[in-house]
Amino acid sequence: MSRAGNAARTATGVLGELLITLGVLLLLFVAWQLWWTDVRADMAQGERTDQLQQQWGGFEPDDLPDPAEPVDPGEPPVLPELAAGEAFGIVHVPRFGQGYQPRPVIEGTSQDLLKDGVGHYPGTALPGAVGNVALAGHRVTYGKPFNQVEELVEGDAVVLETEQAWFTYRVTTTKIVNPRDVDVIAPVPGDPTAVPTERMLTLTTCHPMFSARERYIVHAVLETWQPRSAGEPVALTQGAG
Amino acid sequence: MYGLLWRALPGPRWVRAVLVLVLVLAVVGVCFEWVFPAIAPYVPFNETTVGDQ
Repeated sequence: MSRAGNAARTATGVLGELLITLGVLLLLFVAWQLWWTDVRADMAQGERTDQLQQQWGGFEPDDLPDPAEPVDPGEPPVLPELAAGEAFGIVHVPRFGQGYQPRPVIEGTSQDLLKDGVGHYPGTALPGAVGNVALAGHRVTYGKPFNQVEELVEGDAVVLETEQAWFTYRVTTTKIVNPRDVDVIAPVPGDPTAVPTERMLTLTTCHPMFSARERYIVHAVLETWQPRSAGEPVALTQGAG
Repeated sequence: MYGLLWRALPGPRWVRAVLVLVLVLAVVGVCFEWVFPAIAPYVPFNETTVGDQ
């Protein structure tokens, strides 16, 4: 074998090893993104939810009001201004099943904050307020809080828990929009200049899964609310519905 | 490339094997903790919001 032939063989060998290494690293990245970020985020988000619930204090299950007895909810309590990154709520979605871990709601929707839970678009309404409470969440990776978003149908409950109250929203419509369609989070969805009269909630997440091409949108409207001390709302105690 | 690394490692065969394992774990650790989080924002399936972010 000539010297040049040897050199060529060595070069080919090194190139092959580099390519294999690159392939393994890419697989590792996929494993990290699709599995490890979920593991980490599930743990961190669960801890944050527990912390919030501890901080807000519990409620006695024995004190639950009679669900048959309608309570006049009156004007809901609305939170004060929030700082970016502040966790101020917990979102429960009975349709997502028993295994679904309630997620903390964080003020802000930057990539960094969305690793910590569901993000509240700054400037949109706060839970219970007239207008549109807009929330963004991952559909894949980082704990994927909205992974099952396509299972939501009209009438499904989305419950927001805050320090003061439980807010039960009912899904009205779901749709798929262009990522630039900011009107979906306007106080009156689809009509950015209108003055809101309804208390709405909008969820946004990516669509199709693993793609940034479109966004999946869920609109819901406030059905009822009750003070935190009244215990979990019927929508949660009755399971999916 | 990896042959050179194997020959450069000291000790008997089993010591080298342990060293290789440690090196591999170190690389995986560095990737998971620092490299991948830095790349992730450029991967498209992480975008969930409407409007400019």
